[in-house]
Amino acid sequence: MSKGLNARQAVAALTVAGLVLLPLYSHLTGNIFVLTLFTRIVILAMAAASLNLIMGYGGMMSFGHAAYLGIGGYAVGILAQEGVGSGFIQWPVALAASALYAVVIGALSLRTRGVYFIMITLAFAQMAYYVASGLARYGGDDGLTIYKRSDFSGLVDLSNRVQFYYLCLACLLGAVFLIWRIINSRFGLVVQGLRSNEQRMQAIGFPAKRYRLVCFVISGTLCGLAGALLANNTDFVSPAMMYWTRSGDLMVMVILGGMGTLFGPVAGAVAFLVLEEVLSQVTEYWALIMGPLLLLIVLFGRGGIMGTLGRLDRG
Amino acid sequence: MLLLVEQILNGLQFGLLLFLLAAGLTLVFGIMDLVNLAHGSLYMMGAYFAATFAAWTGSFLLGALLALGATLVLGIVLEVTALRHLYGRDHLDHVLATFGLILFFNEAVRLIWGPAGLALPLPSWLSVPVEILPGVYYPAYRLAIIVVALAVALLLYLGVMRTRIGMLIRAGASNREMIGALGINIKLLYTLVFGLGAVLAGLAGLMQAPILTVQIGMGENILILAFVIIVIGGIGSIRGAFMAAIFVGMIDTLGRAFLPDLLRQVLNSAAASTAAPALSSMLIYLLMALVLVVRPEGLFPANRR
Repeated sequence: MSKGLNARQAVAALTVAGLVLLPLYSHLTGNIFVLTLFTRIVILAMAAASLNLIMGYGGMMSFGHAAYLGIGGYAVGILAQEGVGSGFIQWPVALAASALYAVVIGALSLRTRGVYFIMITLAFAQMAYYVASGLARYGGDDGLTIYKRSDFSGLVDLSNRVQFYYLCLACLLGAVFLIWRIINSRFGLVVQGLRSNEQRMQAIGFPAKRYRLVCFVISGTLCGLAGALLANNTDFVSPAMMYWTRSGDLMVMVILGGMGTLFGPVAGAVAFLVLEEVLSQVTEYWALIMGPLLLLIVLFGRGGIMGTLGRLDRG
Repeated sequence: MLLLVEQILNGLQFGLLLFLLAAGLTLVFGIMDLVNLAHGSLYMMGAYFAATFAAWTGSFLLGALLALGATLVLGIVLEVTALRHLYGRDHLDHVLATFGLILFFNEAVRLIWGPAGLALPLPSWLSVPVEILPGVYYPAYRLAIIVVALAVALLLYLGVMRTRIGMLIRAGASNREMIGALGINIKLLYTLVFGLGAVLAGLAGLMQAPILTVQIGMGENILILAFVIIVIGGIGSIRGAFMAAIFVGMIDTLGRAFLPDLLRQVLNSAAASTAAPALSSMLIYLLMALVLVVRPEGLFPANRR
């Protein structure tokens, strides 16, 4: 522990430092686009980090995590549409709605294991997608434009690019800190124990389902916050926010970065979205390269970025 | 009454199509333990192939046959080059790798056929209504789908239960190592099963094509329905997939057709017309939730190992 930074910690520290200093770079070079891109990356990194909590530490492979992005986003969008502009109301509602959805979906899905769980979370997220498409009052398929970002009465100004970026970054770092505290708490250790050996944990007397459900709800709520941020970032919510490919993207970020590592999802989100951006500038048909690349990462890149760095550390 | 008969037949037709898709998915899962999200892409490719070949040859049937052959070849190539290496890996790996394949297929289709959809016109002898009951007419093409899908389902059942290959497939599903040890070429068997699944998906896609447009991403929504069916029916069980597919097809179709009217009986018409579309698209997911509460392993689980 005491022999300085290893490769993983170094990459994590560099990523955070880079993210903190990014607005400075953007200001100095006058490159506003990079700030816009990274605001999105930071928000989705938070969603990926929340997914990692259940996927990496809890062993629950949710393929429907984008639903929370949508629910958090729609909470903000619908309230804004109905004339409730205060972030102090919008955001708690977004969190509560995501938590409620997570309780219901979790209670049902956690009755199952493995592939069933993957398929069921996917199906429920798709249900949320269709429900949003059916909301004729709130734009239906076309989505809903948010004319005014959440108002925090002078505390932070969400329309200011730099302030909004730092708010998102603060949320991301807060989420990562929270996850760090959770996984090192007794609760987190029980959840990780359930992943390794459920029977044994139950034999000791831990109610498996209850622990998993709480973990599932925490993860969903965090992702709901990311959804509220995302809605403010794009000034727009639409069913596409929770389309299943978005859930897939989140899973890819987690795996790419390293499942079950604290900073893996952040590194994965940065790598995935920057790669997507670079490829889409090279060719319009970027998915033609991205798709097979994913296949290769799965086949040869065990443990993702953090896993590879971990092997580097051990020599 | 007339509408009811028509909608029941529509539900049956949709359910049978879903069965073709779900059967391939559940076979591949039951035997190779592989979760294949790209199954929907094979469905899409079947439709694109059929539209292309039908335009080339000028014949719907010839185009369909060629499309089935092309989907078979595509499925086998896919299995040999990519999916074979995923057997025995974590399910999560399957999900990610095949998710990548979906991206690839959608983009490849956009590159080859362009972003606009294609149409697959019906031959005149299939586009006429048929009198099925006195005074009740039903499109011949939809009737043809029902007949073909039922025939395929029957063949599939006979093939799996009565032939030597079917016996090997069932044996492979219950104990992989053992039939390998008995000298069966398990690699070949897997390729064969995957090819069969691909053909079934392609068949579903090309039969659906004249009803809907052939477009990018058409396989994805229906793939999720196929997942729901597998969850309801029990993973790995063809019988379960059949029952659940008919059930889901009926509920979805009848729900969309009659739920708005039913709701109007209880709610005022404005509220009903708002709630109905959302509620009818939720119906099958609610059904799935119900099944999960009552029987988490599905209604007809395949025999446990």
